[in-house]
Amino acid sequence: MLEMIIASSIKVVVVIVAVLTGCAYATYMERKVVAFMQHRIGPSYAGPYGLLQPIADAIKMAFKEDVVPDRVERITYALAPILAFVPSLLSFAVVPFSADFSLIGRQVTGVISDLNIGVLFVFAVTSLGVYGIILAGWSSGSKYSLMGGIRSSAQMISYEISYGLSIVGVILIANTLSMRQLVDQQDTILHWYIWKQPLGFLLYLTCAIAETNRLPFDLPEAESELVGGYHTEYSSFRFGMFFIGEYANMIAVSCVGTTLFFGGWHGPFLPAGLSVIWFLAKVFLFMFFYIWLRATFPRFRYDQLMNFGWKVLFPLSVLNLLVTGLIVLW
Amino acid sequence: MREVLRALINVFFKMPQGFMVTLKHVFKKPVTLDYPRQKKPMSPRYRGRHYLERYDDGSERCVCCGLCAAACPADAIYMEPEETANGERKAKVYEINLLRCIFCGFCEEACPEEAIFLGQDYEFSDFDRNSFIWRKEDMLVPHPRKENPLKRIIRRVRRVYGVPDAAR
Repeated sequence: MLEMIIASSIKVVVVIVAVLTGCAYATYMERKVVAFMQHRIGPSYAGPYGLLQPIADAIKMAFKEDVVPDRVERITYALAPILAFVPSLLSFAVVPFSADFSLIGRQVTGVISDLNIGVLFVFAVTSLGVYGIILAGWSSGSKYSLMGGIRSSAQMISYEISYGLSIVGVILIANTLSMRQLVDQQDTILHWYIWKQPLGFLLYLTCAIAETNRLPFDLPEAESELVGGYHTEYSSFRFGMFFIGEYANMIAVSCVGTTLFFGGWHGPFLPAGLSVIWFLAKVFLFMFFYIWLRATFPRFRYDQLMNFGWKVLFPLSVLNLLVTGLIVLW
Repeated sequence: MREVLRALINVFFKMPQGFMVTLKHVFKKPVTLDYPRQKKPMSPRYRGRHYLERYDDGSERCVCCGLCAAACPADAIYMEPEETANGERKAKVYEINLLRCIFCGFCEEACPEEAIFLGQDYEFSDFDRNSFIWRKEDMLVPHPRKENPLKRIIRRVRRVYGVPDAAR
């Protein structure tokens, strides 16, 4: 019992540190990749190749003055960034990072907590992120924030339906909700669920991008549209938490996507202890795709966005479910 | 039905084309110049900071006539003339306020002695307003013979090789 607690605590600490560092360097990666795609170089001044840029940003953010406007609702104003940031971290608790391996004589499982309803847990927890955004928009006491918060949360809940339905096809085929068993079933590249559920994967990807408020679905936070949207009235560390929460959400969605569709940590040549490298490589490719998408396409107008979510993605996800169900039955 | 077909073509053909365009640019050389390590050379007619020229024998060209101050649209030049030991008229005080100056080049065009020029330098930021009032000594070009840093070395080399000194 004690051994399990200690092992889990160590895993939790390692994962949280890795995720936060990943978020910080995701900002660096985004700036560099978008810059190269725009024919320029990104940050190159802070440290060699600009590698210390996230640290410089963090220090700047920590030293900024925390301006709290007069008309805010204090409690929810302070609570909202936390609510936007913590659910993305929670969903890392069930993601299988690597194969089971043995370390100094003990067996270590590659997942922090192997819930038998892992997938349901992930989707339930990411839905909580909407609370953070709408509370932030409302409690800021300004029209722009309220509009931005309402738009953003409406977008997120509309796309959550297709988000959930898109993976039900995978669950029907796999017959399990546990993330670890989903990965175990995808042991070779031919068994990856992306071949069996291509439409499901495309739907998942699109809805994930809409959930994380990224281009081309990022109207609620586009600076030219609504000043800053729901995080206009936040400064310094509170804004930092929204920002990191967005990147943590991106990484969480990438991790869940690789687990469900790309075979998690499976990959040739590497021993069981190092299979986390394949996992990280796949997540990295996912993130690169996110950033590549951002650099390439313009953003949806809000009515186009809602139209797309309800009239295109929802019927398609139901269709996917229908066809998968029929095939599984027969 | 036609919309479905068009949507499919968009997703599977047009969107990847868009992606390829951005990806192509990753492999091209970026156009960014690594300032301050690399600087872009300015054109020969660039109007940067001011220089007060000298004649070949080292005496200053400026006779403090006041035409540049009169021509200056921003009223940035201030001067006071004096009579030197040789009986010539030179400037006792010649100051340009670089914060007022708009770097238009009218003083360069107005000068009858071809004394003042605007050169290529544009990097003279500072933290204090007072340091932007430049005096005559800050803007004079170095004396061709007296302030030449290589002069001592050249003279030593000439002595070593027995070459007679150049005429003064």
